[in-house]
Amino acid sequence: MSTHRPFSRANIVQTIAGGYIPLILATLVVFLPLLWMILSSFKQPGEIITMDLKILPESVNLENYNIAMTTVPFAQFFLNSTIVTLVGATIKVLLAILTAYALVFVRFPFKNAIFVLILVALMVPPQVSILPNYILIAGMGGKNTLWGIILPGLGTAFGTFLLRQHFMTLPASILESAEIDGAGHWRRLWRIVVPVSVPSIATVALVTVVSEWNDYIWPLIITDRPETMTLPVGLTLLQNSEGNGSGWGILMAGAVLVIVPILVVFAALQRYIVAGLTQGSVTG
Amino acid sequence: MTRQLTDRPAAVAEAGPALRRRPKWSGRTRRDFFVFLALALPNLVLIGVFTYLPLINNIYYSTLDWTLGSASATVVGLDNYVTFFTSADAAKVLGTTAVFTLVTVGGSMVLGLLIALALNSKVRGTTFARSAVFAPYVLSGVGVGLVWLFIFDPGYGVLAWVLRGLGQQSPQWINDPQLSLVMVIIVYVWKNLGYCAVVYLAGLQSLPQDVMEAASLDGADGFRRFLSMSVPLLSPTTFFLLITTMLSSLQAFDLIRIMTPLGNGTSTLIYEAYLQAFGAFNRAGYSASISVVLFAILLIITVLQLRFVERKVHYS
Repeated sequence: MSTHRPFSRANIVQTIAGGYIPLILATLVVFLPLLWMILSSFKQPGEIITMDLKILPESVNLENYNIAMTTVPFAQFFLNSTIVTLVGATIKVLLAILTAYALVFVRFPFKNAIFVLILVALMVPPQVSILPNYILIAGMGGKNTLWGIILPGLGTAFGTFLLRQHFMTLPASILESAEIDGAGHWRRLWRIVVPVSVPSIATVALVTVVSEWNDYIWPLIITDRPETMTLPVGLTLLQNSEGNGSGWGILMAGAVLVIVPILVVFAALQRYIVAGLTQGSVTG
Repeated sequence: MTRQLTDRPAAVAEAGPALRRRPKWSGRTRRDFFVFLALALPNLVLIGVFTYLPLINNIYYSTLDWTLGSASATVVGLDNYVTFFTSADAAKVLGTTAVFTLVTVGGSMVLGLLIALALNSKVRGTTFARSAVFAPYVLSGVGVGLVWLFIFDPGYGVLAWVLRGLGQQSPQWINDPQLSLVMVIIVYVWKNLGYCAVVYLAGLQSLPQDVMEAASLDGADGFRRFLSMSVPLLSPTTFFLLITTMLSSLQAFDLIRIMTPLGNGTSTLIYEAYLQAFGAFNRAGYSASISVVLFAILLIITVLQLRFVERKVHYS
């Protein structure tokens, strides 16, 4: 047992060894690869194709970004990813709010059965559906279109589930008083339920934005022309043309363009994202 | 549907007291019925068409000898399954899937628990460290895969440089099938252990403080307290993590696609299904049968989870 004097030497040593060193180590293991990505994105081929490692780039040179953006249409990828993410996430969050409200506050005969169907859908991985969905969407003419990328992912079991669980915790009294005042479902939804549920909706929205932005397997399959590719797929295209060893700096510049936007969003709003992604863990 | 949607008060009145006692289809209830459909139907239809319908279609496609893009297909019954399970591929693919899943699940849970213990200490900076450790989990697998591919590069990667400093040659991480599996597993664990750490941390923080303090007053030291108190009390968390990480490991795609595009030593079930349909062969029917096998495995795990959750792996 350690001594009870807070600033004794033994105590300080123990705090550093037991508390700080593991934390610093864990943080470094995460950050060093990402730091290496950023540093390398500024390096010229001569600084990378060398036997003695140069840690810092000779200058902050944006040449790699330039090459990455002219080898493949990165600006187009960026635009496509932004459209897919914003449109997809907006519709998904909207659908989740509407469905969750209906499941909790509107009387309907088969609500429990419908909820079970949503729960099961939550467990069906999108990966096993790619071939049938490819055939369906390609048959509808959705190959190499943005709507073809967005459409199959729009149904949202995750958002519906999460918001339903939250709506169930709202006190019935606030809705009853609104009902007596003559407010219909639509007004009750937007004037009462949504305003008091902003944190939960933000959680769903952020998790949806992150997963839409990172989504890879579906856009990879449904696009084969650069005009409609999203960033992760475009990065694969860049890898195919620069993956010969001399292009690492260019590839790292590409990786920065894909990773940093989400890193910034995460840094600013990590509380909601972590809460949403680890939902259901502490059920007791 | 047995319940009448049309408003026929006369009929209800004639039907006797049984129906009159519960006026199911009063004007308001009827309005609610349509409000519900208007609010929920778009989402339910989307889930039906793009989540449930594919499951059925996959089973149908798996019975076909069919080249993707070809207009004709022949029904071959279970031939695709027979071909898969009797080929040398099956043992390799199932073996790779098992190794990848077990090592990534075990690795990220053990390391995640260790990091959670560090994060649970009462020093400053744990909030920042928690976010930092979680960060890789939300990053694009494609971007992360490229960064690590550069680190592992046998010629110009950092790892090769460190090994040269120690007088060693860098192993051929990419060309050697066994090492490429090791490489993908390392990166996968790096990307996902933050999830386990944060979930375990939440579990640790919800442990009953009075019990833990009583144990420490009884003179149980840190390690014994951890083994005999924390580990059993964390069993619900461990079980939750076991299921969720196993399901996501079985679906891992992004890193494998970026780091080993040819599936050289890293062809898990999901990757083999992708390669067969969208790689060089366009064997749609065969690919569908592999997807069905994968889905069956995922289903079994999910059902196990539901059964256990009902019984609750719990002590309190």
